[in-house]
Amino acid sequence: MTSPLLDVRELRVGFGPAEVVRGVSLSVEPGECVAIVGESGSGKSVTARALLGLAGPGSAVRAASFHVAGRDALAFTPADWRRLRGGFAGLVLQDALVSLDPLRTAAAEIAEVLAVHDVVPRARRAGRVLELLDAVGVPEPALRAGQRPHQLSGGLRQRVLIASAIAADPALIIADEPTTALDVTVQAQILRLLAERKAAGTALLLISHDLAVVAAVADRVLVMKDGRVVEEGPVRQVLAAPAHDYTRTLLAAVPSAASRGTRLTTGTPRTRPAPNLSGQVLAATALSHSYDRRPAVAEVSFTLHEGETLGVVGESGSGKSTLARLALALLEPAHGRVALHQRQWSNQPERARRPLRHRVQLISQNPLDSFDPRHTVGRLVAEPLRLPAGERRERVLDLLERVGLPPGTAGRHPRELSGGQRQRVAIARALGPRPDVLVCDEPVSALDVSVQAQVLDLLADVQAEYGTAMVFISHDLGVVHHVADRVLVMKDGRVVEEGDVEDVFIRPRHPYTRALVAAVPRLGVPAA
Amino acid sequence: MIRRLGTGLAVLWAAATASYVALLLAPGDTVDILVGDGPDTPEIRARIVAEWGLDRPEIVQYVSYLWRLLHGDLGRSYQAQRGVGEILAGQVGPTAQLTLAAAGTGVVLAGVIALATAGRGRWARGAASAAELVAVSVPPFLIGIVLLSVFSFTLGWFPVSGAQGPRALVLPALALGLPIAGVLGQVLRGGLEQALEQPFAVTARARGLTERALVARHALRHALIPAVTLAGWFTGTLLGGAVITEILFGRPGLGQVAMQAVTGRDMPVVMAVVLLSAVVYVTISTLLDLAYRAIDPRIRT
Repeated sequence: MTSPLLDVRELRVGFGPAEVVRGVSLSVEPGECVAIVGESGSGKSVTARALLGLAGPGSAVRAASFHVAGRDALAFTPADWRRLRGGFAGLVLQDALVSLDPLRTAAAEIAEVLAVHDVVPRARRAGRVLELLDAVGVPEPALRAGQRPHQLSGGLRQRVLIASAIAADPALIIADEPTTALDVTVQAQILRLLAERKAAGTALLLISHDLAVVAAVADRVLVMKDGRVVEEGPVRQVLAAPAHDYTRTLLAAVPSAASRGTRLTTGTPRTRPAPNLSGQVLAATALSHSYDRRPAVAEVSFTLHEGETLGVVGESGSGKSTLARLALALLEPAHGRVALHQRQWSNQPERARRPLRHRVQLISQNPLDSFDPRHTVGRLVAEPLRLPAGERRERVLDLLERVGLPPGTAGRHPRELSGGQRQRVAIARALGPRPDVLVCDEPVSALDVSVQAQVLDLLADVQAEYGTAMVFISHDLGVVHHVADRVLVMKDGRVVEEGDVEDVFIRPRHPYTRALVAAVPRLGVPAA
Repeated sequence: MIRRLGTGLAVLWAAATASYVALLLAPGDTVDILVGDGPDTPEIRARIVAEWGLDRPEIVQYVSYLWRLLHGDLGRSYQAQRGVGEILAGQVGPTAQLTLAAAGTGVVLAGVIALATAGRGRWARGAASAAELVAVSVPPFLIGIVLLSVFSFTLGWFPVSGAQGPRALVLPALALGLPIAGVLGQVLRGGLEQALEQPFAVTARARGLTERALVARHALRHALIPAVTLAGWFTGTLLGGAVITEILFGRPGLGQVAMQAVTGRDMPVVMAVVLLSAVVYVTISTLLDLAYRAIDPRIRT
């Protein structure tokens, strides 16, 4: 019986009076993959960092017992911690654009580990860096080694970060949301890479908000909520037969093919009127647009009917957001045109379009960016309303009630609200002018899964009540499968496949769609 | 880069032209100044006009002024009856010494204070930022007077005036350098603390780096970016402050020359000083641009 690499009992981490980790016990055996799953604010990241003595300034870390590499970590000096960091355990954070020093080359970042832990003599460091880059699947290592984060794609950056974490051949890798900012196909590659490290004998502690990501690589999983572990056990068991209510809610809230036609928050069936296929609301014909002669959208046509939801899926850079701007006529197409209710919408002076503007509204990924931070919620929601001042206040309160916000929200500022509340405000504001079309650009991407479920339910209710047509843009195939009637699959600005959502996602014809669908991590199918 | 040089030349031309216009608009008659206290007869006046070419149309005088500038001829002083170039050449040395010493003092003090206090306890940071605030908000001449009365008049450690030897340089360099140290220290510490909170700093700590290595290899470079921007600003402060400091400490230098030229309406000298400042300014901001590119390789324009 080998001793665990890491073993902590009753870990508590506080910042001032607030305690964010409240008694977490966990251990990691050599070669094992343990996952911590939880939503934002659950304390999972702080737990991970505290295990390396990096809980941050102003933190107070306590534990009943705390052993790292068989030694008592409660008695560690800063120098003891430093010897373990990088050497015994490597850390991989999310979004390598900011987790790698933007001013330094990939090679410099990796070589730093080699130097600090004296892994290889100075003369052999450059060669070792190239071997490491090759080992994490970076093509053309010699070229990439000299580049900086902004010159690398998201997937390559994450590989460089992993290369730097494994440079000193640690027994344990702690990965905090290692795939969160990545496209689904790239995410699949990074997960495969982590699984390879595990197969090579490295233990993994994986932190994620995404149960499906964890299912692909982990042996055991801990579910955290409000600083406590509410459930733990083998992945298969926790996913197949969750014992705790919170785990069950979390699993049910994940939108997918199976959740179509149900309310995500309650799991009950939901009815909605069928789209009126004879009522055409928005029609785009052969739209093209380029930035600096690089085509962003090429030859895209679609029709949106009353009460219909058109999903648009694709990876970053596929032209989804440009398509949204063209549909909103915030961007004039270089070629092609857009019609609203069979009347001219694009290719005309803004003055001619303005009387119709209120009919098409936008809901964006991060509403905070589209709110004036100095305005109150009431003022934000009232802005697009063309009503006499007396009726305005009442209508604002109506709208807030419709999206499930208490009337008191009207006097608050967007910064004081949670992500889910902000998105509700954005929906209330978009609904104000009673639009025919809602363009939703990644409306739930920044939200936790339980909040995402609430917002998706709300959008579905709104559509059922008002018959609003929606263009729903997302990188998340599960979300689109849950909400959309029809779907466009975009790649490099072109539509490679379109059709009924069930046809496209269950019987994809185009190789790219097949690759996308195959790359989606799935619940309940743990890797062999 | 070529565009950068083009803008630099345009700035120099604008400075030359602006000072020329200022000369035209200056009250008083040039001939009066040239006659000065000497004999004043219509013949002498006529000879002066002919000799200085003052009878030509203004535009011709302007073009010939630019033409001479291009050939490195700064003109002749009205008062000293010597070439302006010759006058300046004798005075550039002490001013260069003073400004370089002040810049060095400012940078070194700012660096030491920022590195010593970034991310430290509230007490150390509070003390440093209070000192910085005082250095920034008190005008340099007042700092100079305080330094003089304490270290020269009372303690007698340093000479009161003159430019003999390095000891005479200490107080003027401090008077001119302290405000720079104040501003630069605040900016550097802010930059360091911001960089130390970034996710890449967490990654670097997770590699086992000491805080000192983290600052040296990562954070300092990030903190230098805003500091370099400031360096452009303090070039101007140094040039302006040098005039006051030189007069206060009775040091020879361009400040004295400029002061005398302004009070004596010796416009060719004033213009030359303005032009020289513009040259220094343009050169330094071009160098800073290059420094930017070296520090932050993301800038490629």
